[in-house]
Amino acid sequence: MGEVKFMKGNEALGEAAIRAGLQGYFGYPITPQSEVVEYLAMEEPKHNYVLIQAESEVAAINMVYGGAAAGSRVMTTTSSPGFSLMQEGLSYIACAELPCVTVNVCRGGPGLGTIQPSQGDYFQAVRGGGHGDYQLIVLGPNSVQEMVDLTILAFDLADKYRNPVMLLSDGAIGQMMEKVNLPDPKPYKPDKPWATTGKTADRERNIITSLFIQSEVMEAVNNKLQEKYKKIDENEVRFEEYQIDDAEIIVMAFGLTSRICKKVVDLARKSGIKMGLLRPITLWPFPNQKVAELAASDRVKFFLSVEMNAGQMVQDIKLAVEGEKPVYFYGRTGGIIPTPEEILDFAGKQIK
Amino acid sequence: MKEGYELIYKRPKTLTTKRMHYCPGCFHSTIHKLLMEVVEEMDIQDKTVGICPVGCSVFAYDYLDVDMQEAAHGRAAAVATAVKRMLPDRYVFSYQGDGDLAAIGTAETLHACNRGENFTFIFINNGIYGMTGGQMAPTTLEGQKTTTSPYGRDVAKMGMPLKMCEIVSQFDRVVYVERVTCNTPANARKAKKALKKAFEYQGKGLGTTFIEVASNCPSGWKCTPVESLDWLKDKVYPYFPLGVFKKPEEKE
Repeated sequence: MGEVKFMKGNEALGEAAIRAGLQGYFGYPITPQSEVVEYLAMEEPKHNYVLIQAESEVAAINMVYGGAAAGSRVMTTTSSPGFSLMQEGLSYIACAELPCVTVNVCRGGPGLGTIQPSQGDYFQAVRGGGHGDYQLIVLGPNSVQEMVDLTILAFDLADKYRNPVMLLSDGAIGQMMEKVNLPDPKPYKPDKPWATTGKTADRERNIITSLFIQSEVMEAVNNKLQEKYKKIDENEVRFEEYQIDDAEIIVMAFGLTSRICKKVVDLARKSGIKMGLLRPITLWPFPNQKVAELAASDRVKFFLSVEMNAGQMVQDIKLAVEGEKPVYFYGRTGGIIPTPEEILDFAGKQIK
Repeated sequence: MKEGYELIYKRPKTLTTKRMHYCPGCFHSTIHKLLMEVVEEMDIQDKTVGICPVGCSVFAYDYLDVDMQEAAHGRAAAVATAVKRMLPDRYVFSYQGDGDLAAIGTAETLHACNRGENFTFIFINNGIYGMTGGQMAPTTLEGQKTTTSPYGRDVAKMGMPLKMCEIVSQFDRVVYVERVTCNTPANARKAKKALKKAFEYQGKGLGTTFIEVASNCPSGWKCTPVESLDWLKDKVYPYFPLGVFKKPEEKE
């Protein structure tokens, strides 16, 4: 079943969205993710989805708000500066509990930065990003295949929890081509009695809002959101283990760097160092429990976080490790992809 | 109905009975009523979705008994665009103030108009930021005093008040543009007629429809409701003329 193709990450993501039952796409071109909207524009005549090239990322995310509130499966994709522009809208979407999928094909920053790949938007992704207490569900694909699989998962999680879901990808995953298995299209039947589709005689009017002017009501809304986030944290943590069982050094990396770190683990093992890789697939919820278990093991000597930023996920690891073991960080910024050799060299220096 | 009596006025069923929060004399309540009368008369309550962004009318969903979305400040046109595209057979309107439509949301307004999005803008232009306590709006008149233009709007610094009907009439895909007001019963009836026409054109899928209400704000203008009507007549209508700016050619 399905179909095997050789595809670019961004295009595969677009195809996955179509197969997941995409009904509305709203986006603004920005390198290195423009191939998503280009692909969807090319495919549009064959399908039934609405596609609008918005006047800005600000407009795009608010179109997502409107489309989601109308009960449709909707998505936007962008890259770092564009994702910053969407933060206000995402805060509204999270508060109004609207299911949608957003994608950040991350590039190097801060500022206009560089169009080369980066993981510098990790904080923005896993800490909410906009104003107020809210969480996105954040998935970190590390291959073209996962651009497909996690996009489909993202739509389902969004609907399941009425929550915005984000893919934090990067310019390399978005641009590279790999073999990919595309699943058969899934019929999507919306069950959204809360959607604003027109008040029929058999129900009260539906109101989609993030405005709760009375403090007690606003607090109740916050409590409800936090309950939901707790449930997501309990049920949706996903991670991949590689050579963990006897590992004394736990390397942690997500997305592109996790693939480099697999190579690091192989190289380390060749020279007799017992290294393993723990890769969070859900960046939020973070695999805190797994990290804590490893930190409590006598076998494990230290953790090493490898990221294409100045050290962001390392803070989440430290929170989970709670001082039980040293946590080191190795990273490159500016769009530079670290080599397995430099990572192994750094890891070797930490071995006492 | 008691014998010998005739019902000549009633609350539309599409308006909730919740007591409105609007200040005495404000046109918002009148426009809400006119809008809901149109929805009732056209029998489209089950097909109507409204968007109310930030401004005094942000709570409009408390009063309008139709499905409603509250939008971020300035983004109603983007939100309405998506709602209408996803649900093309529904009647969609945005209900926006001057700060929302003509300052923070100008880009969304103009691009929705340029695309000819098939929904109805209801633009309440009262020349001031009522909700936040009377600051200058993009439509505040030259010399008009507000809390952020305490010596009167200086057009050398702040530019001229934006004439949105005149601007959006330029777009090919905007089909119906009218500026109305509610200072007299006759004008309120005209306003209702304009709203109804806009919805009818929308129902035919003709393109963007845009109704501006030259409105008032006794609280923000620091005057009585009656004085606000004088201000409208003496200052507002001369700069923001009432009337039809554009309409589709109707085959008789």
